[in-house]
Amino acid sequence: MNKETSKIRDEIIRSSGVNPKKCMRCGKCTATCPAFDEMEYHPHQFVYMVENGDIEPLMQSKSLYKCLTCFACVDRCPRGVEPAKLVESVRLAVIRKQGANHLTSDDIPALLDEDMPQQAIVSALRKYSK
Amino acid sequence: MQRIGVFVCWCGSNIAGTVDVQAVSDALKNEPGVVFSTNYQYMCSQAGQDIIKQAIAEHKLTGIVVCSCSPRMHEATFRKTAAAAGLNPYMVEIANIREQCSWVHKDMATGTEKAIILGKAAVAKVNLNAPLTPGESPVTKRALVIGGGIAGIQTALDIAEAGFPVDIVEKKPTIGGKMAQLDKTFPTLDCAACILTPKMVDVAQNENIRIFSYSEIEEVGGFVGNFKVKIRKKARYVKEDICTGCGICTEKCPQKKVPNEFNMGMDNRRAVYIPFAQAVPKVATIDPNYCTMLKTGKCGICSKVCTAGAIDYTQKDEIIEENYGAIVAATGFNPISMDKFDEYAYNQSKDVITSLEFERLTNAAGPTAGKLLRPSDGKHPHTIVFVQCVGSRCAACAEKGKEYCSKICCMYTAKHAMLTRDKYPDTEVYVFYIDVRTPGKAFDEFYRRAVEEYGVHYIKGMVGKVFPEGDKLMVRASDLLANKQLNIQADLVVLAAAIEPDKSARSIATMLTASMDTNDFFTEAHPKLRPVESPTAGVFLSGTCQGPKDIPETVSQASAAAAKVIGLLAKDKLTGNPCVAQPNELMCNGCSSCERVCPYGAITYIDKEFRMPDRTTAIRRIATVNEAVCQGCGACTVACPSGAMDLKGFASAQIIAEVDAICK
Amino acid sequence: MKKVAYFPGCTLRTKAKDLDKYAKDSANALGFSLEEIENWQCCGGVFTTSKDEIATKLSSVRALAYAEKNNQILLTVCSACHNVIKQTDNAMRNDSEFASHVNNYLKDETYHGTARVMHYLEYLRDEVGFDNVAQKVVNSLKGVKIGAYYGCLLLRPNSVMQMDDPENPRIIEDLIKALGAEPVIYPYRNECCGGYVALEDAASAKKKSVSVLESAKQAGADIVVTACPLCKYNLEKNASDVKVVYFTELLAQALGVKGDENE
Repeated sequence: MNKETSKIRDEIIRSSGVNPKKCMRCGKCTATCPAFDEMEYHPHQFVYMVENGDIEPLMQSKSLYKCLTCFACVDRCPRGVEPAKLVESVRLAVIRKQGANHLTSDDIPALLDEDMPQQAIVSALRKYSK
Repeated sequence: MQRIGVFVCWCGSNIAGTVDVQAVSDALKNEPGVVFSTNYQYMCSQAGQDIIKQAIAEHKLTGIVVCSCSPRMHEATFRKTAAAAGLNPYMVEIANIREQCSWVHKDMATGTEKAIILGKAAVAKVNLNAPLTPGESPVTKRALVIGGGIAGIQTALDIAEAGFPVDIVEKKPTIGGKMAQLDKTFPTLDCAACILTPKMVDVAQNENIRIFSYSEIEEVGGFVGNFKVKIRKKARYVKEDICTGCGICTEKCPQKKVPNEFNMGMDNRRAVYIPFAQAVPKVATIDPNYCTMLKTGKCGICSKVCTAGAIDYTQKDEIIEENYGAIVAATGFNPISMDKFDEYAYNQSKDVITSLEFERLTNAAGPTAGKLLRPSDGKHPHTIVFVQCVGSRCAACAEKGKEYCSKICCMYTAKHAMLTRDKYPDTEVYVFYIDVRTPGKAFDEFYRRAVEEYGVHYIKGMVGKVFPEGDKLMVRASDLLANKQLNIQADLVVLAAAIEPDKSARSIATMLTASMDTNDFFTEAHPKLRPVESPTAGVFLSGTCQGPKDIPETVSQASAAAAKVIGLLAKDKLTGNPCVAQPNELMCNGCSSCERVCPYGAITYIDKEFRMPDRTTAIRRIATVNEAVCQGCGACTVACPSGAMDLKGFASAQIIAEVDAICK
Repeated sequence: MKKVAYFPGCTLRTKAKDLDKYAKDSANALGFSLEEIENWQCCGGVFTTSKDEIATKLSSVRALAYAEKNNQILLTVCSACHNVIKQTDNAMRNDSEFASHVNNYLKDETYHGTARVMHYLEYLRDEVGFDNVAQKVVNSLKGVKIGAYYGCLLLRPNSVMQMDDPENPRIIEDLIKALGAEPVIYPYRNECCGGYVALEDAASAKKKSVSVLESAKQAGADIVVTACPLCKYNLEKNASDVKVVYFTELLAQALGVKGDENE
């Protein structure tokens, strides 16, 4: 692991409050993930890859924007690992970079329909942009 | 003033390599009380011991200091040497200049300096030593076994075999425990009942064994060799000595809707019942929570049909008092509740069951007469999913699961999977596992047979959720090796629930003053070298009350506990440890602090008459120590706010003298 | 009438006016009134879990501080607001570093972790009592089969939300029973509807919502109730023959305060 990767990893672990070492590789997070089909990397892979500093592929992956933050993995994990928080911190590591927002307010009008509640828009902006 | 002899051992080069032994013996010569000091190559050898004996006689020594290895190694040796020369063995002190000095230092100067300091401390202590004599207490030659499962049964049989009387106290109406509920046993697949019930009969027929079934421990007093125990024999409303176990009452009782706990509530029994055909004792019990006669005074059918006249609605609980020399805890385990794991829908579908329920479903004496049928509709399941580690290895939340591995689930699940495939080859069987743990004789071979010969699908991954849909159970799981999420349409889901100590264990441990770990398993005196003894003298551990175990391990431990009990009961008298707590009556203010911290229940308070300065008398509450129970841990000596409590041989003044000698 | 501090949230002012109106009207019928707190701001819709996200949580802290200063209970109706405020409250109570950062921003509105965040459903259960709700029912919903849809926000993370058994909840079912209707239990009631991902990936949300609706329908539900505008949007967009309504609307209807225009 080079210095830069190790720095990103430590920052992700710190800001998420997740200790990936607690994982016992049971896969219950992935078993319960409703966004499994949309995700390229699954919750248990996030945990394993962050632990190993294999973070670049995660940062490049669209999986970051497919996680529903439904917390099913958090609640059902037998070891209290909280994978969803790790996904969030990896996503923040991406979108906090200059010009790296996944979604901007300019993109929004095209995505709207007339029934879409405000809640969806503010939530998506919170998740996808800084 | 003491006349002290100092003996410095070289231990070959073990000590002499890093410590200047001559310098040590020379330096200690000038310490207060020391009248003789020497060194020798091997002080523990016959020749070394002779030097000590000779010096005791020649110099009229009243105490000795041996600067040598750890007291764990040779304290007993040198005490014997002193005794042989007519010196009280408790006038011997060891200065450990090997493990705590020569072995940890590389430099001769440092090692020598430290050895001298350690020697000085030991001399300072001997100056304050007084001769001690251990007490003796008699041994009641009868043992109590709490719990009548396979652990309690084996322990009782072994003790009885050695000729000592044993009582088994079992809270259920019959002995047999969990093993009586099992169908077959891994890895040999012999039928549990076929190997257990003959042992139950042996217990019933053994003249040295009494069974108190449907009974609970009420109170425990006394100490090793002399426990006094009260047993509550609960009213079963049936005269045990008259009931023939014919079972007519259990057929005629009109109250038919009582959940049958022996079949894990999967069918019903009557209000008057015999748990199963091979129950020991084979007598009926009336369940007061369901009996119409006991609740409303109207019915009485069982009494009318009983030709022996054994029914007695007026029976009361009975308290039995008995003395025991030793007590064995064999309180066993239970599967944990599945209430907190409803992602597996245990409370939402009848077809999600625990492994112990599965055990009853496949047992010929079970609710389906051994046919594997779904609890919901009585149909044969064609797809079965087994989920491992439900609540085991669960560190997320203490209220939910257990952090430990329950140890038995991998093997019984392999057994269930294999037997299902053997009997019903048209059934697809999936086992979701995190790790398959099979350390045991012929265990891994057994598991591999399930996979290779019986075609059980073992999938590395966990089930995330079970969705009851119509009459099917959609099982959503991960297959980690394939990196897939699976959806399996199952007919039956079996959860390998974690096991936990029986709920009664905590109150029993409190009565026995035996310690427990955070999971409520009994703690052993030493995890490796004293695994069947509790730290409390005279209390022994058998079976799963000490930790998760399978049957072979349980039986081994049960016999080991019996051996320890036999060793104790074989003695006529117990020699105590004289280094016990001693209260100073005049300084004790009766605050009870010592009583509260004593882990062994050795301290009680009495009212004692004291003569006061003005010739009056006053009654004061003071602490007394039962020297047979005290283990000399010293907790009370530090808890006492007035400094009234001291440990003989380790009095505060002695310890302080040692510290002073080191700091001088 | 007992006054309770109330955080409506942005969507209840716009797309989800019904959720708000029926909650207020029902409260009045049940003997309490919802008093909107002053100068509230949008909660942000989602709780950002990262420990160093401070600014995004300030609006929730301000609402909490207001409740702390006044009457200690802060009532929410929208599942999302409830989730965000409750998780923020938890972080303020248990993460002292986070709390001191936050309070440094909020000069006169610092929060010390003593407000009690309650969802409207919890208030009905714990303060009003479902028995009392049942007694006030004038239009019994007898014979209507209703599936409760919890989604994720009301229940998870359970360690913080502590509303009900997260895997086998009953709070909405108990309300449905109190209104005279028949609750329908179905396994997808606590699975995600697709949430905010709907904005850019409607197909993903569709898949999840259809699973929920199919599950409810298969179990026999005619109506599905929710407490979340986004759940309602996702489900309704993908519903065929199952009606999706806010729980407050059913409540108002049963209590006879829904008003004729909606009958």
